[in-house]
Amino acid sequence: MYDLIVIGGGPAGLAAALEARGQGLEKILIVERDQELGGILNQCIHNGFGLHYFKEELTGPEYAGRFIEKLADSGIQVALDTMVLDVTPQREVHTVSRRTGYRVEQAKTVLLAMGCRERTRGAIAIPGARPAGIYTAGAAQRYVNMEGYMPGRRVVILGSGDIGLIMARRMTLEGAKVLACVELMPYSGGLNRNIVQCLQDYSIPLYLSHTIVDVKGRERVEQVTVAKVDENRRPIPGTEMVFDCDTILLSVGLIPENELSKKAGIVLDRRTNGAVVYENMETSLPGVFACGNVVHVHDLVDFVTAESQRAGAAAARHVLEGPAQGDALEVKNAGAVSYTVPQKIRPQNAGKTVDVFFRVNRILSESVIRVEDGEGNPLARYPRERMAPGEMERFPLPKVLLEKAKGGFITVTAEEA
Amino acid sequence: MKELICIVCPKGCHLRVDEEKDYQVTGHSCPRGAEYGRQELLNPTRVLTSTVRVEGGLHARLPVKTDGVIPKEKMMEAVRLLDSVRVQAPVKTGQVILPDVLGTGVSFVATRGM
Repeated sequence: MYDLIVIGGGPAGLAAALEARGQGLEKILIVERDQELGGILNQCIHNGFGLHYFKEELTGPEYAGRFIEKLADSGIQVALDTMVLDVTPQREVHTVSRRTGYRVEQAKTVLLAMGCRERTRGAIAIPGARPAGIYTAGAAQRYVNMEGYMPGRRVVILGSGDIGLIMARRMTLEGAKVLACVELMPYSGGLNRNIVQCLQDYSIPLYLSHTIVDVKGRERVEQVTVAKVDENRRPIPGTEMVFDCDTILLSVGLIPENELSKKAGIVLDRRTNGAVVYENMETSLPGVFACGNVVHVHDLVDFVTAESQRAGAAAARHVLEGPAQGDALEVKNAGAVSYTVPQKIRPQNAGKTVDVFFRVNRILSESVIRVEDGEGNPLARYPRERMAPGEMERFPLPKVLLEKAKGGFITVTAEEA
Repeated sequence: MKELICIVCPKGCHLRVDEEKDYQVTGHSCPRGAEYGRQELLNPTRVLTSTVRVEGGLHARLPVKTDGVIPKEKMMEAVRLLDSVRVQAPVKTGQVILPDVLGTGVSFVATRGM
């Protein structure tokens, strides 16, 4: 019987397992489907990771390496090349691998850290032909940075998420010509710094409020047509631009990977596509925790680490001190707030403060985040200079305020001041 | 007066740099931002990351970075130097892969072990 089985050996799983070990759990197993630990960080060879957590600028492999090193003499067991097929509500974890075959392991707690996957062409319905040469940006990143294949020579990028921006620079450095980065929305979904150092540094044009309206090519992509869109995101006739290219990279969003969570019967949140979690990252199944991009997609791995450490500590507490107690307040969102994590808070089980994370659904200039209880009484307000959908927001909610909340729920809202 | 977005950290502060007042920076929220704003106008630099071919390792490519900043206009030239580099595993994190890139005194080092 394991104290804790962690599913996924990326940044979330690594931080959670190490924290649980540090808090006194003895028997911990990390199950990872790849041949090595580190997850997607292994292909993120650019720098900019770790400024919050390590106070220095690291590349993805270096960031992962710091945790993998600590794991070596921690006593934590690792099963590589091993796929988890099922997690049951009784916390049995079904795994399969070439080396050990089919196994069922029992755990006192389970931690879900499966990360997320990329939205594909099928999910966003691009019109046109279906030739080769259309990749998700993350797949292209793996080809270039780990496997040593060049996906193409003349590239158009659809979507301006961070991976797309990073790949615009990466493809350019490897000798490709990146013709354009095309974004449907009037703002980029990526970080400002990436627009500067990945597009502007290399004079790659960013077309906001534009989309791909046609793809041509028999065997391979030969041409894409890009058009401006109106405020309802519909293409405007007469604004078409044609690019001769052999490759399209898609950076059009990430979706938490929750096949296992669904099969286990865990309650998911339609706003995040991740599990509904309590203040300690526990899911609707007692003793099953979740953290990182499987819960909600983060911009910064540093925040994944912090969240995962809370989840790992909570799993340790669950084993050593028993299940968390107390009635939960539901956290509702309103105004420009499109979701919150956590979605439920048990004030009795909270630390001094609970960090609440959220995203806004539009760009806000000088604004204020407001928290009210179920009877409309104001609990807290936090001013912000600027908020954007591409940047996750957070605020600390003090336990003393949560204990005062009436009506069984609290509402988080954001609006221009 | 020049407007810049700071790239030192993910916050992305909107900086204003006044060339006429000895490159005075406003709009930053940390000392590193002020330094970046000044540098970006006087002598823009970047850390450069890429990969080299590796033999005998788990993957075909080994990630590398410059162990300090190099002038922005030398990035393309610097990255081309890596095209002919071949490394044999095992490699340690931090191992020098290519010393003194283009006379900058900065080296390409491995960013993972393999």
